Order: sequence, then C-alpha cells, then structure tokens
Amino acid sequence: MKINDVILRTISRIVVFIILTFGVYLFLSGHNTPGGGFIGGLVLASAIVLLYLSTDIETVQKSLPLDFKYVAAVGVLLATATGFGSILFGVPFMSQTFAYFDLPIFGVTELTTVTIFEAGVALTVVGVLVTIILSISEDGG
Amino acid sequence: MITFLWVIVVLISLSILAFVYRLVKGPSTPDRVIALDAIGVGLITLIGLISILFDTVFFLEVILLLAVLSFIGTVAFSKFTEKGEIIQRDRNS
Repeated sequence: MKINDVILRTISRIVVFIILTFGVYLFLSGHNTPGGGFIGGLVLASAIVLLYLSTDIETVQKSLPLDFKYVAAVGVLLATATGFGSILFGVPFMSQTFAYFDLPIFGVTELTTVTIFEAGVALTVVGVLVTIILSISEDGG
Repeated sequence: MITFLWVIVVLISLSILAFVYRLVKGPSTPDRVIALDAIGVGLITLIGLISILFDTVFFLEVILLLAVLSFIGTVAFSKFTEKGEIIQRDRNS
C-alpha cells in the first residue's frame, strides 16, 4: 500500500542536514563542553535512521553505498591504531598528546590526537547502531 | 520573576505526570503516541526553564537533542500506526 507522505519527505530532506550539522558540532565540542565521539556518533546515526524512515532501504543503499558493519570495523581499527601509534614514540599504550598550531583561517588552534580516537569511536557507534536497527526492522528476511 | 518561573516549573511537572497517566492508561495506541510526543515537548520546556533559573547555557544542547529524538520517535510511531512496518525494503510496493 502506497501512502501519501510528501510532507515527511520534504521536511526530512532539510532536517537530516540540521541533525548532521548538530552531530558534527557535538563531535568537535567534546573537550570542555558536553559532547564527544560517542554522543556525536549517536546523533549522526539518528540522522541516517531518519533517512531510512522517510524513504526506504533500497533508496538509501543507492545513495549511500556503505556496509555499516565495515564502518564499525574501520572505526574500531582507527581507535586501536591510535592507541598503538603512541608505542612508536616510546610512550605507554593509549597515550594522547596535543599541540598548538597556527592555522590560516582558525588562528591558533589546539590540535590533539584524541580527536582521531574519537573519530574511531564515532564511526563504531554509527556502524553498530545502524546495523542493529536494520537487523531488528527486517520482517523475517 | 523567580517565583513565577518556579510556579511554571511545578505546573509543567504536573502536566507531565498527567501525560504519564495517559501513556500508561491510554485505551488506544494513538493516545499513547500523542502522550509520548507531549511528554517530549514538556521536557524541552522544563529544561529551558531550568536553564533560565540556573543561569547556564550548558543545557541548550540537551534541548536540541531531545527535540531531534522526539521528532524521530514521533515519525517512527506514526509510520508504525499507519503502515505496520517502520523501515520498508521498497517504498513503491
């Protein structure tokens, strides 16, 4: 049965971008304010879930050709590789460091290796969450 | 002004309690869905009032996050009551 859901499709096309922007903001503001990789990943995953809700699985697969199990695996690999990378510099496992750089537009910015670790966490959360929701939504197939 | 804000906090808390009663007791599924959506709106209002009372801006992201989750939940519930399945394999079938 086909229903008339033109309002839902029109609204969600805009709202998805707002949620993605909010997720990236939460991911980047994880230092001193509420936020971080886990919560940013949850918000990014909810944007993808809204895409699945407003359209269908095949449309999203055509425009976003990702296997989300591989996304979760790449995230875990990235987070662990950041931990092992500190061994190469002679410091204990999972040591993090930061420094101040003078970037062209942003001015003096604090760049840290925690952000790479948090990117791994966010990718893991997105992959696992979308995989879980797609698995429990399938109708016996 | 502070007293007025506290009175509103108490009133909205009572209304959320009434919504919880409707959520538990509600005779049909649409009643429960609307009660859940209204609980979300009430929580957003409550957090806004509390962030005014405590004079802080750290709760504003919580408001945005609750609004996003409440919207997605409402979309999912209404699609469930309309079609019976939430995420379809093919939209045109």
